Amino acid sequence: MMGTERTIIKPTPQNPWLTIPEVDIRICLGTGGVAAGSREVLKAFEEELARTDMIAVIRPREDECSGQCASVTGTGCQGLCAMDPLVEIHLRRNGSHSQVTYGQVTPAMVPEIIEKHILGGEPIEKWLVLNGDEATEYNPFYDAQEKLTLRHVGIIDPEDIDDYLEAGGYQALYKVLTEMTPAQVIDEIKRSGLRGRGGAGFPTGQKWEFAAGYPTPDGVKYFICNGDEGDPGAFMDCSALEGEPHAVFEGMAIGAYAIGASVGYMYVRAEYPLALRRIKIGLKAAEERGLIGDNIMGSDFSFHIRLKEGAGAFVCGEETALMQSIEGERGMPRLRPPFPAESGLWTRPTNINNVETLAVVPWIITNGAEAFASRGYEKSKGTKVFALAGKVNRTGLAEVPMGMTLREVIFGIGGGVKNGKKFKAVQMGGPSGGCLPESLLDLPVDYETINQTGAIVGSGGMIVIDEDNCIVDTARYFLSFTQQESCGKCPPCRIGTKRMLDLLTKICEGKGTLGDLDFLEEMAQQVKVGSLCALGGTAPNPVFTALRYFRDEFEEHVVDKKCRAGICTALVTYSIDPDNCTGCRACVRVCPTGAITGERKQAHVLNQELCIKCGACYEKCRFDAVRRS
Amino acid sequence: MTTISTVDHTDEQGLEEQFQELLEHYRGERGALVPLLQGAQAIFGYLPEDVMKRVAHGAGEPLSKALGVATFYAQFRLRPHAKHTIRCCHGTACHVSGAARISEELVKYLGIEAGENTPDMLYTIEEVHCVGACGMAPVVMINDRAHGKLTPEKAVEVVRAFRAEVEGEGDGVPEAADEAGTE
Repeated sequence: MMGTERTIIKPTPQNPWLTIPEVDIRICLGTGGVAAGSREVLKAFEEELARTDMIAVIRPREDECSGQCASVTGTGCQGLCAMDPLVEIHLRRNGSHSQVTYGQVTPAMVPEIIEKHILGGEPIEKWLVLNGDEATEYNPFYDAQEKLTLRHVGIIDPEDIDDYLEAGGYQALYKVLTEMTPAQVIDEIKRSGLRGRGGAGFPTGQKWEFAAGYPTPDGVKYFICNGDEGDPGAFMDCSALEGEPHAVFEGMAIGAYAIGASVGYMYVRAEYPLALRRIKIGLKAAEERGLIGDNIMGSDFSFHIRLKEGAGAFVCGEETALMQSIEGERGMPRLRPPFPAESGLWTRPTNINNVETLAVVPWIITNGAEAFASRGYEKSKGTKVFALAGKVNRTGLAEVPMGMTLREVIFGIGGGVKNGKKFKAVQMGGPSGGCLPESLLDLPVDYETINQTGAIVGSGGMIVIDEDNCIVDTARYFLSFTQQESCGKCPPCRIGTKRMLDLLTKICEGKGTLGDLDFLEEMAQQVKVGSLCALGGTAPNPVFTALRYFRDEFEEHVVDKKCRAGICTALVTYSIDPDNCTGCRACVRVCPTGAITGERKQAHVLNQELCIKCGACYEKCRFDAVRRS
Repeated sequence: MTTISTVDHTDEQGLEEQFQELLEHYRGERGALVPLLQGAQAIFGYLPEDVMKRVAHGAGEPLSKALGVATFYAQFRLRPHAKHTIRCCHGTACHVSGAARISEELVKYLGIEAGENTPDMLYTIEEVHCVGACGMAPVVMINDRAHGKLTPEKAVEVVRAFRAEVEGEGDGVPEAADEAGTE
């Protein structure tokens, strides 16, 4: 592919920013931002700016922008979902540049922000999440982060290819096509120490080397991007695709060049409509610019990308099941070997990488393997994106060097547990992972260390649970998930997960015995060793870790018939404390079964026979009069 | 196995034309069964029996296989589906933040069970695994628009507001609902 007479054209933006806008407003339009109402905020900014006569144009792409102008850009996920909608504002005036970020912006706040800050030059401090160099309570969320994978996410407009090109996009692919042989690309990725970010942590360079080494009968090899982010608590792939799809295309093209693939597939969950839409827009633009397709940048290298929408099956995140699904079959895994590198999609050599893995590849090519490998910890190099969610104050996406401790991530970046509640556990790795207790929080987050705990780093989901969550219920939740998602091909998984779920349900209903705990553990062991693929093989992990670190809670359920978190309704009783009850009737109004009676201003009474233990009265009472035991 | 409904779209010329185009588009393409089913469902709203037969024929597969695939994936529906879909997210973050209570309240409010349609065929409730907005948990999606940081009361309020918008304006889909949608 190298050494031909073709001239390879360096990619440049077609429609560059002609002027750096004096007022530059960037609004988070990731799924989280949109859920918080950021589209309405963006609209309000556009409308309100149009009302001011100082603003020349909204998007300063054309030459007409002279004097003061403002640009309003919708970006991907800016990270701190807890404070969405986030609005970042840059002002460049008289040679100086200020940058602030507003949090939880509503359309009603927009006129004041424009009036006081954009026109008046005085930021409104009470609404600020970030205030230039001045410390705010949110600084810890940002300070520890280092964004390699998400380098453009939340900054540029994901629907505009020129934004990516302007930020240096597709230069890594250009470098690869002009300066590197496929073997050099593989070597670079190997030396970087990059490991698969989808969960298994397999070295990426080695995977590429395998796929490059296998012969193909007709010259066809495939390169697949796995965007079937199934862990119900991880959203980094979703955000990476929504925030900068071109980085993933570029990573795929570099990988395809390295292994000699001419056709690529992106397999993305149908549950991510926004990501799918931006991929479609991006692919079309990249093809039009000659960055994906035939003779990329005028070179001999051709690589086509096709988008496949997943149809809703967790098991399709498993690589052999995913390929079955692309082939139009039911997504059922098959035995390996042969591995996909030898015989994959339509029996051709195939390489599969996760979205996050591919998104960081261009950075490694541009900055060099050493730069990546200099970050991280022991055998886990570079940075990793973690999705912080659940009962943590600062929910969002954080990219940090591997090896940071769990405590630093949850209490430093995440700001600790919501509402001053007591930390109970952090769930890592979703249905294939486990719950880790407070005593393990000082462990560094790297693949090997976390594996030893019985959990896994997985795709990077970290769900914090507090004293109000029940460990048995959490384990039951994951088993109900894997049981539903088991493809049914092999009996240990199909039947075993069902039996484990039955046992956990029995315990949650207060009908469990100590013997059931032993049986549960034994069953978990059988499912682990007997299952065909990783779905079944790791499905028992939530149970193993729960029993290992929180056995006392299981014993309370079976021996004392108590659920200390008050989640397992069969084990909970609600009553009204007559001393605290003011007789406000708030609970009477929310009770769905009419179980609570009493006159206004007199202590109410709860009829246990009618009570369905929904907890509505408990949530409603402002006088701490409804007791749960 | 789910009983297959019979088609009731025969008089809809436009739908038929779209379906013909879809079959034509994927003619001879390998692995076309899943995208054909997705496309057919997008056109008809669900997969009626005669559509299933024609999809199978178009993909060069027996009906049994097309049915096998359609029933394997959560996305496919063999029965008519209400116009608007309310998805209660039951991902991990939503689960630990009280998704079950939200589902309960919405089910009560609409008077149907999860997976059912309202009698006027306007709404259906689904319980889904993770919509990718974990930072905003608990989340409910109405069509393709996510609503975050809900309580049971707020969730009902959001659905109530959506209903008012839909039913108040001659059953048009509100603009916001389609913004994140696929084309």
